[in-house]
Amino acid sequence: MTSAEPTTYPFGEPDRLEPDPLFAALRAERPLTRVRLPYGEAAWLATRYEDVRTVLGDPRFSRAAGVGRDEPRMRPHLLPPDTIMSMDPPEHSRLRRLVTKAFTVRGVERLRPRAQQIADGLVDAMLAGGAPADLVEDFALPLPITVICELLGVPYEDRTDFRLWSDAFLSTTKYTPDEVRLYVGRLREYMAGLIAERRAAGGGGEDLLSGLVVARDEDDRLSEGEMLSLAEGLLVAGHETTASQIPNFVYVLLNHPEQLETLRADLSLVPRAVEELMRFVPLGTGAGIARYALEDVELSGVTVRAGEPVLPAMASANRDESVYTDPDRLDLLRKESSHVGFGHGPHHCLGAPLARMELQVALDTLLRRLPGLRFAGAEEGIEWKDGLATRGPARMPVAWDTAD
Amino acid sequence: MEIEVDRDKCVGAGQCVLNAPDVFDQGEDDGIVELLDARPPRPLWTAAQEAAAACPAAVISLKED
Ligand code: HEM
Ligand code: SF4
Repeated sequence: MTSAEPTTYPFGEPDRLEPDPLFAALRAERPLTRVRLPYGEAAWLATRYEDVRTVLGDPRFSRAAGVGRDEPRMRPHLLPPDTIMSMDPPEHSRLRRLVTKAFTVRGVERLRPRAQQIADGLVDAMLAGGAPADLVEDFALPLPITVICELLGVPYEDRTDFRLWSDAFLSTTKYTPDEVRLYVGRLREYMAGLIAERRAAGGGGEDLLSGLVVARDEDDRLSEGEMLSLAEGLLVAGHETTASQIPNFVYVLLNHPEQLETLRADLSLVPRAVEELMRFVPLGTGAGIARYALEDVELSGVTVRAGEPVLPAMASANRDESVYTDPDRLDLLRKESSHVGFGHGPHHCLGAPLARMELQVALDTLLRRLPGLRFAGAEEGIEWKDGLATRGPARMPVAWDTAD
Repeated sequence: MEIEVDRDKCVGAGQCVLNAPDVFDQGEDDGIVELLDARPPRPLWTAAQEAAAACPAAVISLKED
């Protein structure tokens, strides 16, 4: 079985937010399958919930062991070894603990009023401009960008630039390898410039970048490269994912009118709806970041040999019929809520509390203030992103009922 | 029920606080889990169990008595 030629992955072009049609059959028949991605060595693809959780959470699987390997991946460039995603505990915990305090559940609750204010301001502008509006440009992007800019201390005025660099960072085919190198380099120079400003100011700033500078310069708790990588990671991860999920959630709800009515009738269900939508939406275009086995590990009857990489297909795990009854049905009242949409294990999304809060504010505000929210014209007016690590609309014209 | 947490493994994801805010908190300075109640009353058991199951780093262990 191991000798079989690996299958080319992804199996096909993503179709809007449809889950990969092969995942269900693989979960049933070949839960571990050999695949080859556009770049890097062949790998196992794990599709069952239990296996995905083991690959993400069990210390026999490592990210650090991927450093120096030709990692299976969607993008031409490799992750640098000094990012938080390239480390195992305890190195990983050292970096992560420098920033966790900004993302605790209660810490993030304190940002909720500000997020609400931003969301209200954006809806005010949509109402003033009149329908149709582009949910992506007019709402989904500016909300998380403003929040992460304020948290990190990155000037919002620079967003056009860092949007481009961040897109390149997450590009699979949208940009050429040369463009990616150029823009990723620009992002690094930009971040280094912001750090230099903090140093020149001599400390005292309240934002996260200032905090990182103190941790570096006064306490020597991380290297210069680690600091820059972490700051870049937060800026990129801190807006792109949430900005994709807002229109994705609205898209799914508009295509499930009964579920949408349930939610509209009782907006206290919004937090639960966010969890179910996180489970339901297959956000990534690939199958995540590989983990390397440190010893032989058996997964669903297959022995993964020490040194082999495994890709955790989180979108497949979230539709596993052994965990979720009727997994392909959107059910906002679903009891099981243990989705892996934010990952699992030590790298479980650092920003999950922030993302949850933003998504809750976004859904609540849109449904409350834009009665009759709908696609403006046909669903075909939506343009889908292409050649990026995340799926979602690039443009989504929407309309709503007006009083007159 | 008795709860133990392995703070060295905690990654500060806050799933515990979301599920059982009366049992867990996160440190103001480091985001690491703090046990508010190591022997919670029975009405909080389900929440504590959900927190243990949701914790991505398997930090929380429960001993039922
Ligand atoms: C809906 C929005 C989001 C989704 C779906 C999401 C998803 C994920 C997933 C699945 C992982 C784990 C990757 C892996 O283990 O291979 C992850 C990690 C991470 N996320 Fe998020 N994320 C979101 C929002 C955010 C936000 C708002 C931030 C920051 C402000 C953020 C920062 C991070 C960081 C830094 C990591 C790496 C953590 C580590 O290596 O320990 N994410 N995210
Ligand atoms: S859920 Fe687990 S990892 Fe996250 S803060 Fe609580 S104990 Fe720590």
